[in-house]
Amino acid sequence: MTIVYVPGDSAARSVGADQVAIEIASQANARGLDVQIVRNGSRGALFLEPLVEVLTSSGRIAFGPVSADEINSLFEADFLNGGDHVLALGKSDEIAWLAKQDRVTFARVGIIDPLSISDYESHGGLTGLRKALDMKSEDIVEQVTASGLRGRGGAGFPAGVKWRTVLNTVGEKKYICCNADEGDSGTFADRMVMEGDPFMLLEGMTIAGIAVGATEGVIYIRSEYPDAIEMMKKAIVLANEFGSLGENILGTERSFHVRIRVGGGSYVCGEETAMLESIEGKRGVVRSKPPLPAIEGLFGKPTVINNVLTLATVPAVMSGGADAYKARGVGRSVGTQVFQLGGNIARGGIVELAFGTTLGSLINDYGSGTFSGKSIRAVQIGGPLGAYLPASSFDVSMDYESLLAAGGMLGHGGLVLFDESVDMAIQAKFAMEFCALESCGKCTPCRIGSTRGAETITKIIDGQDIDGNKRLLLDLCEVMTDGSLCAMGGLTPLPVRSALLHFPEDFDSRIGATK
Amino acid sequence: MTLLIEPDYGTPSSVRTEMVNVEIDGHAVTVPADTSIMRASLEAGIDIPKLCATDRLKAFGSCRLCVVEIDGRNGTPSSCTTPVTDGMKVSTTSDRIDRLRQGVMELYMSDHPATCAAGDECEMHAMAERVGLKAIRYSGRTHLDVPKDESNPYFTFDSTECIVCNRCVRACDEVQGTFALTIENRGFEARVSSSGTSFIESECVSCGACVQACPTGALTEKTLYTIGTPTRTVITTCAYCGVGCSFKAEMKGDELVRMVPFKDGGANEGHSCVKGRFAWGYATHTDRVTTPLIRESITDPWREASWEEAIGFASSRLKSIQAKYGTDSIGGITSSRCTNEEVYAVQKMIRAAFGNNNVDTCARVCHSPTGYGLSQTFGTSAGTQDFESVAHADVILLIGANPTAAHPVFASRMKQALRKGAQLIVVDPRRIELVRTPHIEAAHHLGLMPGTNVAIINALAHVIAEEGLIDRDFVNARCNLESFAAWEAFIRLPENSPESLEGATRVPASQVRAAARLYASAPNAAIYYGLGVTEHSQGSTMVMGIANLAMATGNIGRLGVGVNPLRGQNNVQGSCDMGSFPHELPGYRHISNPKTREIFEKIWGRTIKAEPGMRIPNMFDAALAGKFMGMYIQGEDIAQSDPNISHVHAALRSMEMIIVQDLFLNETSKFAHVFLPGTSFLEKDGTFTNAERRINRVRPVMPSKTGKTEWEATCDLAAAMGYEMHYENAAAIMDEIAATTPTFAGVSFKKLDEMGSLQWPCNDKTPLGTPVMHVDQFVRGEGRFMQTPFVPTDEKASRKFPLLLTTGRILSQYNVGAQTRRTANVVWHSEDILDIHESDAQLRGVTDGSWVKLSSRVGETILKARITSEVPAGVVYTTFHFPESGANVITTDYSDWATNCPEYKVTAVEITPSLRGPGEIHEHEMSADVQLESIVRMANQIAANVPQGAAPEHAVAHHIVQFWTPAMRQRLHSDVDRSQLSPIVIAAMKLELSGSTS
Repeated sequence: MTIVYVPGDSAARSVGADQVAIEIASQANARGLDVQIVRNGSRGALFLEPLVEVLTSSGRIAFGPVSADEINSLFEADFLNGGDHVLALGKSDEIAWLAKQDRVTFARVGIIDPLSISDYESHGGLTGLRKALDMKSEDIVEQVTASGLRGRGGAGFPAGVKWRTVLNTVGEKKYICCNADEGDSGTFADRMVMEGDPFMLLEGMTIAGIAVGATEGVIYIRSEYPDAIEMMKKAIVLANEFGSLGENILGTERSFHVRIRVGGGSYVCGEETAMLESIEGKRGVVRSKPPLPAIEGLFGKPTVINNVLTLATVPAVMSGGADAYKARGVGRSVGTQVFQLGGNIARGGIVELAFGTTLGSLINDYGSGTFSGKSIRAVQIGGPLGAYLPASSFDVSMDYESLLAAGGMLGHGGLVLFDESVDMAIQAKFAMEFCALESCGKCTPCRIGSTRGAETITKIIDGQDIDGNKRLLLDLCEVMTDGSLCAMGGLTPLPVRSALLHFPEDFDSRIGATK
Repeated sequence: MTLLIEPDYGTPSSVRTEMVNVEIDGHAVTVPADTSIMRASLEAGIDIPKLCATDRLKAFGSCRLCVVEIDGRNGTPSSCTTPVTDGMKVSTTSDRIDRLRQGVMELYMSDHPATCAAGDECEMHAMAERVGLKAIRYSGRTHLDVPKDESNPYFTFDSTECIVCNRCVRACDEVQGTFALTIENRGFEARVSSSGTSFIESECVSCGACVQACPTGALTEKTLYTIGTPTRTVITTCAYCGVGCSFKAEMKGDELVRMVPFKDGGANEGHSCVKGRFAWGYATHTDRVTTPLIRESITDPWREASWEEAIGFASSRLKSIQAKYGTDSIGGITSSRCTNEEVYAVQKMIRAAFGNNNVDTCARVCHSPTGYGLSQTFGTSAGTQDFESVAHADVILLIGANPTAAHPVFASRMKQALRKGAQLIVVDPRRIELVRTPHIEAAHHLGLMPGTNVAIINALAHVIAEEGLIDRDFVNARCNLESFAAWEAFIRLPENSPESLEGATRVPASQVRAAARLYASAPNAAIYYGLGVTEHSQGSTMVMGIANLAMATGNIGRLGVGVNPLRGQNNVQGSCDMGSFPHELPGYRHISNPKTREIFEKIWGRTIKAEPGMRIPNMFDAALAGKFMGMYIQGEDIAQSDPNISHVHAALRSMEMIIVQDLFLNETSKFAHVFLPGTSFLEKDGTFTNAERRINRVRPVMPSKTGKTEWEATCDLAAAMGYEMHYENAAAIMDEIAATTPTFAGVSFKKLDEMGSLQWPCNDKTPLGTPVMHVDQFVRGEGRFMQTPFVPTDEKASRKFPLLLTTGRILSQYNVGAQTRRTANVVWHSEDILDIHESDAQLRGVTDGSWVKLSSRVGETILKARITSEVPAGVVYTTFHFPESGANVITTDYSDWATNCPEYKVTAVEITPSLRGPGEIHEHEMSADVQLESIVRMANQIAANVPQGAAPEHAVAHHIVQFWTPAMRQRLHSDVDRSQLSPIVIAAMKLELSGSTS
C-alpha cells in the first residue's frame, strides 16, 4: 500500500486538490494499485498547491502544482515510486523554499494527518501538555513569561503577563478564548493551523486553562472559515474521546472543555472585547477598557484572550523550554513569526522565520517579486489597518519594534504586495471605506470619521480643493488615531497617512484637479 | 423658583470605601477608589465636556469628548471609563485635547441639524460652542432625512437629532431592564432602533428613561413642543402607586410641561414609569368637576352650588339622620389617594364631629391583612425595608405580586438585583413577566391554585423545619420561644408537608422543597408580596405565615432581607398610619386604650368612643338593615372597586346622604347627594407615605382649581356639624400628627423640606428616620410566631362554576382607571380582557378575541377573551380598570376572616361564548337580611381561622371585641339562629358577655 498526501487545506482545495484526490483514487483503483490518500494540511507553499506527496522508501517525494489532468501522466511516470515527472519537486523536506524556514508553530502543518492523534503524538504532540500537567500553575505561567512569547494577534502583548493577571484574579469561573476571527486581508495562518494541526491549538488552550485555572475554552472562528470550523469540531470530539481534552485530562484531575463559536461576520468581532460581546450573544461592539478582559472578560469572568498562533505556539514553548524559544529572534521580538505572503506576489504562502529577517528578503527571496512581473511599488504589512511601505524600506528588520520605528506595524504578520500600477489614493480611500464598512459604530471618530474620511479622499481624487481636503484629512487622522475607542478606528489612519507620506504624488496630481 | 438643573457627575458613584488622592489640573482631590476621572474632576469643580456619559448609567466611552491626558501614560483616555488611582495627575485641557474635542464635535455636527427643534433640550450646539468649534468643513452623507417616529403618544423619536450615544439603549437596559431598544446596523449606519419596529409596536413600556437620558432632541416629550420650554421646577411626589416616586414638575407659568423623575428621590432615584412620567393629563382634564354639586335625591339632576350651600345641605341632612337614626348612623371613608393631612382631617372629623368611629379606608380592600398580620407578629403594620435593600438580597421570594405591572419602578430595582445574580422564587398562579424576561429567569415558579397561599407557605416552612434549616440563633435571640415552640410543633405536622398539600396547591412537592432550601440557605433572603397575598379569605393568616418564615430563617433586621408588602395606592401606608381604621387611632393604637384616647381628646376637645366603629362592608350591611344612612366618601369609587357590586349599589341606594369628594363624577357619585370637588395631586400641599414608610412632600405646582384645599372642605363640614376644626396650613396638621403620634414625633414639613424625605419611625431615637426596621429587636419586643392552619376558602370551583377567576392590574392602567382612562394610556389597554388557558377555551368553544359571558353566583358580565398560557388550566384572569366590564359584578362578599379584606383573588366562575359585546351588567338578587348573613359568616370564619390553641374561644371572643361594633355584637347575640354558629363561636359569646376577654 502506498500513502499519497493530497492537502485538504482550503487553499489547496480552491485550486483543485479535491479533484486531484478523486482522480488519484479512481485511477489507482482502475490500475489495481493499493493507494491510501491522506488529506494533510498545506505545507504553506501555496504557489505549489495542489502539492501531492508520495511516501516512498526514501521519504516523501513532492509533485506540484498538480492538476487532475496530470494524474494520468503521473501514474504513467510511476510517481507512486518517486518516478520522474515534469512536476516532480524532489524530496519534500528538501524544497528550498520550505527547508530554509525555521518552523516552530508550523512544524507539523502539512506533514501530519490533521485528525490523527497518533500522527500528532508521533510528531511531538502532547509533549507540552504532559509537561504542563506535572507543573504548578505558577510555573507554567512563569515558563511562558520567560519564553518571551508575545501575542500574535497584532498587539504583541506578552502572553505570560496576560496569563499571570488571569491567574492572580479570583474567580469562580475563568475562560480561555481563542481569537480565530482572522479577518485581515492577506492573512491565513490561523486558518492553516486549524485545518492542518488542530490538536496543537487544543493543546495550547488546554495548557493555558491549566495555567490560569480556567476550565472552559471558546474558539471564536470567523464564519467564512467553514473548513476550519469543521476540522476543529472533529478535533474536539476526537480529543475528548482520546482524553487529552474534557474531564480528567490524560488521567489527571484536571479538566478543560472547548467549544466553537462561529463568528458574527464582522471584522470588528476580531477586536477582543467585541469578540467577547459576540460570544455572549450580543452585537459585536467594542467595550471600553478598563476593565481588562483578563479581569472582567467573557460573561464578566477573568478571561485569557489569545490569537490562534499564540496559543498554537504554547505547546512548543512547553516542550522545548523557554530558553530554546527565546534563543530565536531579535531584541524583545523573540521566537519565530509566521509571515504570510500575499497580494500581487509570485510565490505566496507561509514563511515562518525567527524575527529579524528583512522585509526585502521576505518579498524577494521568498516571494520572488510580483506575480504580474511588474516592479514593486508598495507593500502593506499587518492587514488593512497596516502601513504601506515603499520599496525603499525593504531593509527594515521584521520585528515589532523596528516596524514601529519605520512607521508601520507587524500586526498578524500578513504582507500584501502591490506593483507599479497601484493608485495609492484609491488605497487610502479603501482604508477609510473598509473602516466605514466594518466599524462597530460605537465611538464617534470611527463611526462618522471613517465615512467622512472616504468622502474627503474622494474629493481629493476628484481634484476638489486638494490642499484644504488634505489638511482636513490629516486633522481627521489625528482625531481618529487619538480619539478612537479601539484599534479599528485608531489604526485606520495608518495606511492613509503612510500613503500620503510615501506616495504624495498620487494625491497631488489628480486629473482635473482644481487647486 | 427657577428651572432646576440637577448636576450630572457623568458616572455612578464608586461603591469602594478606601479613598485615593489625585491631582486634576493642579487641584488636589480625594475621592473613593474606582471613581472615574470624570466624576473626580467634577468633585474638584472641573466639568469635563461629555455627551455619552451620565451618572445613572455605567460608563460607556463612545463620544470621546471627555478625553484627558494622564502624566506618565500615553494616549488620551476617556475620563468616564478611566478610574483614578492614587497619585494620578490628570490634565483635562491642552492644545491636543482641545483639537480632539473640536474634531469630535466637527464630526458630530456634520450629521446634525443646523438648528434643533427641541431648543435647549439639545446639548449639541451648546457643546460645539463650548469646545470652540468654528466651522464644519465636512460635507457628505447625513441622516437628516430620516422620518420622525411619532407613534408613542407621549414622546417623539427624531433620528435626525440622534448622536448614537446609546444613552437611551443603556437606560432601557440598565435602569428599566426592558431591553426594548438597540442599535441597528453598524458604522455610519448605526442607528437607535426600537428593535426594528415603531416605538408603539415595540417592547417599549414608555417608562421615559430613554427620553430622560437623551442628551439631544432625538427623544423628547411631545409637550415640550406643544406647550413650550419649562421655566420653573417644583419637586413633588407621584400620586399613582405605593412606590411614591419623586418628580420634578417642570412648569411654564401655571401649566405643567412635564414630569421628570428626581434623581435625589429616595424611592425612585431618578426612575419612573409610564403612569407617573406621562399619564398626569387627567389632573387638568376637562372632566374635572370644580364646583360643588348638590341634589335632593339621586334621581334628580345635579345642580351647581356654592361651597356654603353644599356644606350646609350636607351637614343639615347628616345632623337630621343622626337625630333620627342615632349617632352611629353616619360615617365615612378616607382615601389612600389623599395626603396624610387630608386623611387625618377626615378621620378627626368623623371621630370628633360625627362622634363615632365609623371611619374606614380603602386599605380595607387591599392591605388590611398586612396591618393585622405584621402587627401580630412583628408589632407594627408596615414593610420592614427600604426599596434599596433589594439590591442586597441573594434570594427574592415574590408572592402574589406583579411588580412590572403594578410597581414598575420598584420592579426595575428588583430586575437590577436579579441581573446581578440574585435568585428569584415566584409564587403566583399566573406566569407573571418576572418568571422569564430578558436576562432574568426565576429559579422556581410555584404556580399554585388561587386560594392555596397558606398551604404553600406552610409547606415551605415545613421543609425548613424538617430539614434543619431554621436559624435557631436568631430565633433564640429575637423571638418569643413559647410561640416558636408551638409553631414548630404545628408546622412539622405531616399535614403541612409539601407532599400532603400537593393536591390542594397543585405544585409538585419537589419544587416546593427546592424553593424552601433556596430561600432558607441564602445569606440574605427577602420577601416581597402584593394583593395576591392579602385579598383572600386567609389573607391575614398568609401574612403571618410570611412573617413566620422570615423569622424562622433569620431574615429580618438588616439590609437585603425582610417582609415587604408592595402597597397599591400612593398613600395607602399613610392613610392607615393616620388612624383611618375604625378600631385604631393614628399610629396603630387601639381605640380601647384610654391613654391613647386621652392624647387626642385633650387636643381635640371631644370625647372619643372607646368601641370600634364599622368597617366598610359592615357599613353596607348596616345600610341595608336601615341603620346606616349617611356617608362621606373621600376619593374612592367604591361602587366600582368594591366586591359584589350589586350589594354595594343596593346599600348606597338605601342611604339618605352620600357626600362624594372626588376629581370626577364616577360610579359612586351616581348614588350621591352632594359632590364636593377634590384637588389633584398637582394642587395639594401635604405628604404621602409610600410602601417603605417614606414620607414624601407633595407640593402644589398650581393653584387649587376648586378654590379650596380638601382639608379645608373637611374642616368646613366639621364646623357645620358643630365642631370647629381649623388649621393655618397643611404643615400645622402634620404638627398635630407629630404631637399625637410617637412614630411621627420627629416629622415636620420643615424637616422634610431639608431632608427630602423621612422614613418613620422618626422621633428622638431615630431623628433621621428608619430605613430598616426591627434591627436589634422587634417593635413588639420579641417576634411572635403565629400558627397558620390552612383553611380552604368556601369559594370553591363547582360543577356550575368550575373555573377560578383571579383579578389583577396592568401596567398602563391604574386601579378603577379614573385617572389613566383619561390619558393616552388607553392606547395600550382600552378594555379589560379575560385571560383563559387554551384547554379551557377549547372545551367551551371560546376563540381568541371573541366575546365571552363571565358569570359567578353573584353576577355576570361580558368581556373579550384572550387565550394565553400565562394562566394555568382551571384559572381565568382579568383586570378591573373599566367600569363597563364590571369585573366586580362577579366578585363575592367573601373576605379575610380577620380584616374583611375582600377575597378578590378567588371567585368560582363559568365562561360561555357570547354573541354580543358588553351591554347590561347583570346583578343577581340578594337575600333579605344581608347584615345577619354577614355576621354569621364572619363569626364562623373567625372561629375556623384563629390560631388554634387550647382555648380557641378566647381568641375568637378577643377578636370580636377588638374589631366589631357593639351593634354587630348585639345582633350576634340576639338575632342569630345559634344552630348556624360553630360551637367555638357560641363558647366565645359566653366569654364575651362575661367580659373575660378585654
